[in-house]
Amino acid sequence: MNVEAFDVAVVGGGLHGLSAALHLARAGRRVAVIERRWTGRHASGATAAGVRTLGRDIAEIPISLEAMEMWHAIATIVGDPCGFHAHGQLRIAETREQMPALLQREAAIRVLGHRHEEIIDAAELRRLVPALSPHCVGALVARRDGAADPHRTILAFRRACEAAGVVIAEGCGVGAVDRQGNAWLLACGERRFRAPIVVNAAGAWAARLAALFGDEIALGVRASMMIVTERLAPLLDPVVSVVGRALSFKQSDQGTLVIGGGLQGVADLDRERSSVDFTELAKGARAASDLFPAVRGVRIARCWTGIEAQTRDHLPVIGASPNAPGLFHAFGFSGHGFQLVPVVGAILTDLVTEGTTRREIAAFAPRRLMQERVAA
Amino acid sequence: MQEIVGMQEIVGMNANETDLLIVGAGPAGMAAAVTARSHGLSVRVVDDQPTPGGQIWRGIETVAATPRLARLGEAYRAGAEKAAAFRACGALYEPDSQLWQIEPGFRAFLTREGQARRVAARAIILATGAQERPAPFPGWTLPGVLTVGAAQILLKTANSVPSSPVWIAGCGPLPLLYMTQLLAAGGTIAGFLDTMPRGRIGAALRHLPQGLGRLGDLAKGLLWSLALKRAGFPIIRHVAELRAAGEGRLESLHYRTQEGREGEVAAEVLLIHEGVVPSIHVPLALGCAVSWHAGQHCYVPELDGWGETSQANVFVAGDGAGIGGAEAAEPRGRIAALRVAARLGRLGEGSADAAARTERARLARALALRPFLDALYAPRPQVFAPVDETLVCRCEEVTAGELRARAVQGRPGPNQIKAFTRAGMGPCQGRQCGYTMAHIIAAAQQRPVGEVGFQRIRPPLKPVTLGELASLDEREPAA
Amino acid sequence: MFRKLHDPGAQAVTVLIDGQPVIAELGESVAAVLLRQPEAWSRTTPVSQSPRAPYCMMGVCFECLVEVDGLGSVQGCLTPVRNGMRIARQQGPRRLSACRKLSACRKLSA
Repeated sequence: MNVEAFDVAVVGGGLHGLSAALHLARAGRRVAVIERRWTGRHASGATAAGVRTLGRDIAEIPISLEAMEMWHAIATIVGDPCGFHAHGQLRIAETREQMPALLQREAAIRVLGHRHEEIIDAAELRRLVPALSPHCVGALVARRDGAADPHRTILAFRRACEAAGVVIAEGCGVGAVDRQGNAWLLACGERRFRAPIVVNAAGAWAARLAALFGDEIALGVRASMMIVTERLAPLLDPVVSVVGRALSFKQSDQGTLVIGGGLQGVADLDRERSSVDFTELAKGARAASDLFPAVRGVRIARCWTGIEAQTRDHLPVIGASPNAPGLFHAFGFSGHGFQLVPVVGAILTDLVTEGTTRREIAAFAPRRLMQERVAA
Repeated sequence: MQEIVGMQEIVGMNANETDLLIVGAGPAGMAAAVTARSHGLSVRVVDDQPTPGGQIWRGIETVAATPRLARLGEAYRAGAEKAAAFRACGALYEPDSQLWQIEPGFRAFLTREGQARRVAARAIILATGAQERPAPFPGWTLPGVLTVGAAQILLKTANSVPSSPVWIAGCGPLPLLYMTQLLAAGGTIAGFLDTMPRGRIGAALRHLPQGLGRLGDLAKGLLWSLALKRAGFPIIRHVAELRAAGEGRLESLHYRTQEGREGEVAAEVLLIHEGVVPSIHVPLALGCAVSWHAGQHCYVPELDGWGETSQANVFVAGDGAGIGGAEAAEPRGRIAALRVAARLGRLGEGSADAAARTERARLARALALRPFLDALYAPRPQVFAPVDETLVCRCEEVTAGELRARAVQGRPGPNQIKAFTRAGMGPCQGRQCGYTMAHIIAAAQQRPVGEVGFQRIRPPLKPVTLGELASLDEREPAA
Repeated sequence: MFRKLHDPGAQAVTVLIDGQPVIAELGESVAAVLLRQPEAWSRTTPVSQSPRAPYCMMGVCFECLVEVDGLGSVQGCLTPVRNGMRIARQQGPRRLSACRKLSACRKLSA
């Protein structure tokens, strides 16, 4: 059987896989992206595409801030603006009682030297989001945050990959893995790929892939639900979330409202399907109409869920496998990986080409989620 | 007030729970309801129309009391007693109701008069009928272009006809029937652009022997044709291409026949019809397997002999199971209801089998002429290959050219093309562009259309408001 | 575009279309009434503002979306008329009462 040989095989054609492939190809590596369905089939195609530094785990802030600089220059990276607009992201307090937590957060990151999150009062909030219900009292804002167009972003990364010489193999699921000399042999139906380096960017299915290499990583699954409405005249610019409720609310370039926030549908990893639970989703609709009373009469065009991986600590898994030589993991973004896409590809390229990175990734080490071998 | 009567009959039933939920109150849904009730099942029938009858018997209860009934024909008149039997059967009938989601269990979500509700059922019969096959051509979105079915609904429910001589284009029994009804009502026809390609009669004739038992239907069709010829309006045969033009509304109409003969006429109203296709959005959303029906050029749900889909306890009856007309819809509805009754222990397997045998014989008779009609009225190839400038997705305004350009970049399926072009993302959710998109992809990628598949159907099935959905959380009932 | 063949008589009701009183008949749909008006369109599209009119009359094309008694994007063909009903044609993307885009937001990143 004909074996296709590459320097790097990236498993998973989502945005993280494409970003890793792009950076590696630009570093001179011959790269294949091996995708079971098609690029952006799952989480990348189902994301709300928020580009958010606001409220990130302290451990993620450094790479998130770097990613934000990359987003502000995204056209120079992938040749297309990806529909990115930096209209800011807000985390809103509905009551006075919710303000201290936001103030503490701002103080906590200031101590670390970060200035990207800022407290605003009701008047400034009203100025930024006039459509917001008047009961809201203040917010934390990250003014350089924003949102992008997910499908345009997938297309841009894909095209940039192809221009950089990446081979994208769609309809190619990895069925078996074998070690041959210094390289890995990946069996994907009729096709065989050989590469000394493998990047595991298989999203919700990443733990299953890792297991083929002998890495047992504890990984959960999410099926976050989204609502998209009919097109409306311009209503708001920034992306809005709210303290104590599962809500993320924004308006797309087309005028549709995109409402998410992490309410969970039902995921089925084996069938690669997920489904909406409307009883649960009603909470999101309620939060949206409490915050923006004018939207009660707006029609829902469609709802969906996307399957993605979730770790115990909601931090991603980024780093070399402690067991399998040449295997690098990049998954488990737990519902907030979209913004990190450009930087994680750069990190993996550091790891593959230099064996190390100057970026702070210690908190993302795969080992933290792996079972310690118990001595007999 | 029929609903209330129905409720009282079902003693002890929780108003939010029934044995059987039937979606659609047309011939199949009504027949299924009557049968299920006769075996003691509690039945809820949800329909988005204000009165029972489906499309074929639309407005029958009102029209039955007027002199207009006579000119709408025998088949329409037959609906009056069906609707009466349905009204009397004791099913909980919910008109003006939109079903927008069914979740496993089953939990169905409805909206009626702006109020969203959750109801439970142990089995479901989808009797959602058919829709006219979308047949895009340049200008088909202009005000003044409607379907023939739309005009017939206007005749039945509003006693309205085109105010000036109307152009009618297409093929199938419906244009002939409508033209006959229109003339009887005093309307005028500017001309008929017959889009049936040359040679169809010959191709269809080989299916005739099995349809010989239905010669009455053939004779009816022949009589319509003769009456229309006598009416004296121009009939242009073998029309292959259409183009509508006008500033903000239809003003002129250009056609071209297979032989290359062209014409341009002034027009205020154009009615178009290129056959009907099953409504498959609900079965698709429920994950029911569908397969391509080559004779009818559409997807049909995969069903067993009882009409049960690949999803247990979900049945499809009526034209949604494959186009068969009202006479096939009724036995299909009864067969499905018999199975549900047996499944729920209200009817012995043997009795269900025996009753189903009679219904299956009826169904076979009703379908005998179908292969002949399918072959005779098969859509012209241009229906599936509109010229580049044609808006295929009416909602998001995506042209055939854009879809073709995307279809050759890689080997994308309908879901990817939808994501990148937004075709199918508007309020109609692909009901108008789904098939055309599949055909364009198939042609561009040289694949059989049946292999391309239909775009994934995202809930809700009807565009409910955020407020309606929110209300389910605001008045959370005790579970 | 269409005309009614009989006088509604006792079944007549009055509805308002964009503020203008119009005679309709109980039992018929909003879309049927719109198609009898000199201006027979029902909406302009949110994408290109091109005019559209009822097309399928059975709830599958969504071209007859109108505002009815203040509720937007209602399917006119599935909505029976009521006396005094207020019908408004929709023009372009719906504008919510609270719709005010903040161009000042551009200053966010300044």
